[in-house]
Order: sequence, then structure tokens, then C-alpha cells
Amino acid sequence: MRRDIVTSVISILLFTLLLGIVYPLAIEGVSQVAFPGNANGQRIYRDGKLVGSKIIGQAFMVPVIGKNGRPEEKEKKPVLEADPRYFQSRPSATEPEPYNAAASTFSNLGPNSTITKEADEEHIKEYLELNKPYDSGLTVAKIPVDAVNSSASGLDPQISEANARIQAHRIAALRHLSLSKVDALIKKYTSGRGLGFSGEPGVDVLELNLALDEIGGAGAGR
Amino acid sequence: MTFLGWATIVIFALVLTACAYPLGRYMARVYSGERVFLSPILRWPEETIYKVIRVDTTQGQDWKAYARSLIFFSLAGWLLLYFILRTQTLWNFTGLNPLHYHSGTWDVTFNTVSSFMTNTNWQYYSGETTMSYFSQMAGLTVQNWLSAGVGIVVAVALVRGIVGRSGKSLGNFWQDIVRTILYVLAPLTVISAIVLVSQGVIDNFATYLSAHTLTGLTQSIAMGPAASQEAIKMLGTNGGGFFNTNSAHPFENPNGFTNFYEMLIVLVIPAALIFMYGKMTGNRRQGYAIYGAVMLMFLGAVAVAYIAEAHGSPAQHAAGLHTGVIAGSGGGNMEGKEQRFGIAGSALFNVITTVTSCGAVNSALESFTGIGGAVPFANLSASEVIFGGVGTGLYSILLYVLLAVFIGGLMVGRTPEWLGKKLEAREIKLAGLGILITPLAALFCTAMATATTVGTESISKVAAGGPQGFSETFYAYLSQANNNGSAFAGYTGYIQPAAGNIGAHGIKFADLLGGFDMMFARYAPILFALAVAGALAGKRVSPAGLGTMRTDNPTFVVLLIGVIILVGALTFFPALLLGPIVQGLTGHLY
Repeated sequence: MRRDIVTSVISILLFTLLLGIVYPLAIEGVSQVAFPGNANGQRIYRDGKLVGSKIIGQAFMVPVIGKNGRPEEKEKKPVLEADPRYFQSRPSATEPEPYNAAASTFSNLGPNSTITKEADEEHIKEYLELNKPYDSGLTVAKIPVDAVNSSASGLDPQISEANARIQAHRIAALRHLSLSKVDALIKKYTSGRGLGFSGEPGVDVLELNLALDEIGGAGAGR
Repeated sequence: MTFLGWATIVIFALVLTACAYPLGRYMARVYSGERVFLSPILRWPEETIYKVIRVDTTQGQDWKAYARSLIFFSLAGWLLLYFILRTQTLWNFTGLNPLHYHSGTWDVTFNTVSSFMTNTNWQYYSGETTMSYFSQMAGLTVQNWLSAGVGIVVAVALVRGIVGRSGKSLGNFWQDIVRTILYVLAPLTVISAIVLVSQGVIDNFATYLSAHTLTGLTQSIAMGPAASQEAIKMLGTNGGGFFNTNSAHPFENPNGFTNFYEMLIVLVIPAALIFMYGKMTGNRRQGYAIYGAVMLMFLGAVAVAYIAEAHGSPAQHAAGLHTGVIAGSGGGNMEGKEQRFGIAGSALFNVITTVTSCGAVNSALESFTGIGGAVPFANLSASEVIFGGVGTGLYSILLYVLLAVFIGGLMVGRTPEWLGKKLEAREIKLAGLGILITPLAALFCTAMATATTVGTESISKVAAGGPQGFSETFYAYLSQANNNGSAFAGYTGYIQPAAGNIGAHGIKFADLLGGFDMMFARYAPILFALAVAGALAGKRVSPAGLGTMRTDNPTFVVLLIGVIILVGALTFFPALLLGPIVQGLTGHLY
């Protein structure tokens, strides 16, 4: 009995040292030497300023300015709307604003819930308002599901190719680019399946939008 | 559904088997004390550890001594982890708490500590808004290793009891746990951590980033030593996410390849243990029979989940969405799923992590369709024997094998024999209790939580008033009883108004009930499994005769599957009807 207690205490301290201090430090050390870009979150800089991470989605949205000239607020949170000059990411359930990468969260919307249906309808309405003027054939049934269903992490860096191709009409019109040029960019920033079969292809939205700004032309960023 | 979706499932099963087979043989050598290729490197550290922790490994332990060492070891781990988590700010001098997060409240910490010690990794807290890097490393990561190790050694001890011919000894707990960590977990974990970083899982001690987005907003991005924890989280079937959204978070699971790799390392040890069992019994076909049985059930579960999720949800259809495959989109129920995994990658991942006691998720279980969500329910109802957690899976299914042999014996009217040992009343009673104790804990806690107003406090607003609310509650206690840790994540035990635990409070009822649920349903079956091992260890082996029922042929596989499904169905069917099955059968919205 006493022997067990002594051994338990010593071993738990020893294992904490080995597995809780030495092991994580060793992995960190190797990672920082061998894969510094990945280990630090694949940061993207533009003009020396950090604009985000390659694999963390972001909200390409701007605050809504109210009639009094100040940003509108709802329940103490700023009201945001899509910036139509950019490809839009998937809906995100993070709080207090979408794509808060310091507090990832699921939407937890159940399959049989009216609240889920209403959330879908709200997203459908926004998507149609944003894209229908530039793509007159767009109907509810043609909207790819990823465009209106919120992602798991709330930080999905990708959208489906179908979603991107619909938005391409709007981007081409607003930035005065040819549709084929925008489609070519989409293709360039589409990541394939893992090992050729695992998962789905996805369009990396942040990189795509950065490339759009790079091209310049009318309506370019900032 | 797509061809590549089905192909992923098939390729996965093949790759898993190809990896698990050699690993199982390797583990059999390790636990038999034979020389393995890592021995020259690991012999010295192994011997040194024995000296430091003062154990004499030449001393075998009977089941009681083995269990006593295991309990004290776990208890010491519990106390140290509780201390580390409750004194989070005390460790700020290490610089590993860049955002100066305070400790969580005592009740949620009680739940968390019980959860990590029992290999459950149920999380009421959210990683990136609650835990310092120090707590993650020195606290949680350590129990990720040790709880996995404890599970494995119990399985090894039970196998030794079953095949043992040399009296009462089941081996030495300390030797087994040290060997498990050094020879099995460490090599795989270190390699996996590096593989994951090479693919984009982060590992750093930087403070949270502040990015200026293209549209002029500010985005705060959580950082941390994620890869080192991610590797053991998957390999040890722990499943507690470094970040709140677990393996759905791009920093934990960045692409289709890592998704495949993480699925593989969740299942590889549980699958290898089955082959190890076959090798150690001296008849590999014993292992193949169990492997065949669980693989069949596993593939069935995956197929149902994939078909259900690809079909889409009633809410989507009511909103007018088309959920079929179109050019450039995989369709399906994409609520709570990530684009890079798609439907097949999400369904397969969540089935894998709920058949094992892993409980990591790469998509929101709460948003799975009724039938898709019923699959994890069914996996848990089968008491985690379909591969199961590291070690827990093997010792749980061996209790089922014992029960199946007994039932088979009754059917043919002979004294049941298993691998030459006669099964008597004592073993059957112990195995029966070991099997039934987990469902008992799950159903008792669910009943408590649904029948009381304090219990319903935890149900999310979105789910209240419909079958989803019951599903959430039931899943919470079922998952904690099975030491799984996945969740219908709307169910909460911790209200945290802001990051850093300031002003946060726990829901004591859910935290404490869940904590006791996890510990009871972990240690009671362990004790029963060890007691069975003890009872079998001393028995004489008689040669198999013509009338002996074989436990290594297809007939037995069918019998075993039947017993598992029968016990699971009879125990859980009424409760399952009230939640997920109602949801799956109706297009009605609540």
C-alpha cells in the first residue's frame, strides 16, 4: 500500500516532467526548425502587415453605417454586411462576430429545428440578394449547400467550387474583370483532395481575394 | 454520395488493417518481454525509470495488487491535474499563459480532471478561451498519455489472465505502463506530431495574433502548442480538442490528408490490440474472428451515417435547398461540416471517433441528421466494443466474448469452455456486471438529468422543447459513461461570458453528475475485467475436444455480433426511440 503510494507520486511527477514538459518542448523545437511557417500558423503578410492565416477563414465584411453616420449596433455587437467586391466565406457561428479565430464554435443547429430552417432561409436571402443581380438564373435550388450552411469550426477557410463560380459573376462585374479571368483565378486557388481521394476540393478564399486585390483594377481593395 | 466517398471508406479499412497487423505482432512481443527492434535504444531509459520510481519488475502482481497500483496511479494523476488547473495563474512566470487566463471554476475543473483521467476528454470548457498553454501541456497532455496507457495495460492483463498457465500473476502494472508509454505510444506519437506539423497543425508558444483583414476588420487568431497534444489525443483515443471545435479547427486538422491520417491513428492501436490478442493466445484466428466481427459492424455504421448525411436534413429541405451532388459541390447536410472534409470525410471521422472512445469530432454531431446522429448513439450503446478505446475496446469485447461463449455453451448444452478453460459462475457473473455497469450509469444519469429542473438547465436554447433536447441530454451522459467525450455540443455545463474565465460559472449539477458518471463507468468495468482475469488466470487448461465450441470461426462471429447487438438494443432501444429515431423518422420541425 505505502509502496504503491510512493511509486504513484514519484511516477506522476516524473511523467509530468517527461510527457508534459520535455515532450512538448521537443516537438515545438523540431517544428520551429523544420516547419516554421506551418508551426506558426501560415501567416500571410501584405505590405508588412499581418492580414491573416492561410488556413483560417475570415469575414470579408464591413460595418453597416447607420443614418447618424456611426456604425450600427445590435445587442452591443457591430452589424456587418458583405463587402461585395470580395468572395464571401461560409456562414460562421462564432461570437461576438463571425470568424472570431480566438473562439471557434459550432452552430449546433439541429436537423429538425425550425431555428435551423430560419437560419438557412436567412442565409439564402442574403446570398440571393448579393448574387442574383449578377447571375439572373440563380434560384434557391441552385445554391450550393456550403454557401448557406454554417461550417463546423466557424473558421472554414474554404468554399466549394460551385459556390465560387456563382460568386465569380459578381466579382467580375464589380471589378471589371472578364469572367474567364476570375474563373482561372478560382482554379488556381483551389486545393484538391488529400492523396487524391480524401475529402473535397475547396477554394481558398483569403488567398483568392488577395490575388484579386493584387490584380488591381476598378474596385480593388482599400 | 460519390464514388470517391465510398472509395475513401474502403481504402481506409484496407490501410488500417495493413498498419494494425504488424503493430499487433510488435505489441505482443513487447508485452511478452521479448526483444524488439527498439530495445537497444529504449532499454536504458526503461531501466532508469524503474529505478527512479522504485519498482521491482521481477515481482508479478495478482489481480488485486495490479488493480491497487492502477487505482493509486490514477488517483495521483487526478490530484496533480486538479492542482495544475486550479492554480493556472500561479504558472504565469513560465510565460506559457500569454493571455493571463484565470482558472476555471472548481466544479467545471472537477469535471475536466475526471474527464481527462478517465480517457473521456469530455469538455464543458473551450480550449482557446479557458486554458493556458502550461495547463494544456503539463496538465492535459500528460493525462492524454497516461489514461491511454492505463486502458492498454488492463487489456494486456486480461489477455494474460485468459492465456496464463502460471498461477495468479497478471504481470506487473508499473512495468506494463512504462513499456506502453516507451515502446508503443512514444514512437508513434512523436512521428505523428511531426507529420501533423508538416501538414499545417500549429505548434508554438506565441501569443494570439491580431490580423488586419482585407476589409479592415481586426481578427484575433488563437495559437498554442497544438500538434504535440493532437498526436497523443488521437493515438490514445482521448479526443479532447486543443481548440473548442476540436478536429474541425483548421489548426488541428488542416486538410484532407490530415483528416485521413488522424482517422488512421485513432483506430490503429485498438485494431492492433485485437491482432495482439490473437498472437498471445497462440492462435491468430482468435484475433481474426474478433477483428472480423467489429469490422463488419464498423462498416455498417459508416455506411448508414454516410447515406444519411448525404441525403440532407429536414430543415434544409424545408428551406428549399437542393442537397444532391452538383458540379463543384458534394451537397448533403453541410450544416456544421467543413468544406475540406466533405460528407464522407465527416461521416467516417465521426463514426471512427464514436466507435472508439476517442470522441474527437471534425463536424458538429448536434447538426447531424436524425439517423446520421443515431449512428454515434448506436456506437456508444454497443459499449464501445467496435474497436473501442485503446485497451478498453479489447477488454470490453473480451467480456462479450466470454458472454457469447457462455450463451453458446447453454445452447449446445455443454459446460462452456474458452481457450481450454472452463467458464464457471464466478467469471460469468463478473463479466455480466462488467458489461452492464456502463449502460446502468448512462441511463441512471440521463434519467436524473431529464427528470429534474436543474438537469434541464444545460439544454441549449436551440434544442429545447423537442426531441433534440432529449438527444442532447442522453448523449451527454452516454458519452461520459462510455468515456467517449464527443458531444451534442449544445449541452453545456459551463457558462463563460468572456474569454479567460472571468465571471464564468459552472452548472454544478451537470459538472458533478458527469464527473461521477465518467469515473464510475471507467473504474468499475476495469475492476471487473481485472477480476475476470484473476479468476481465469489460475485455471487449468484442458485440451479441446470434438464437442468444444470453437471461438475462431464465422459461426462464432455471427453469435458475437448477435450478443453485442442484443444487449445494446435491449438496454438502449426505448431511450433511442425518444431521441434520434423520432427525429430520423419525421420531416416535422420543432
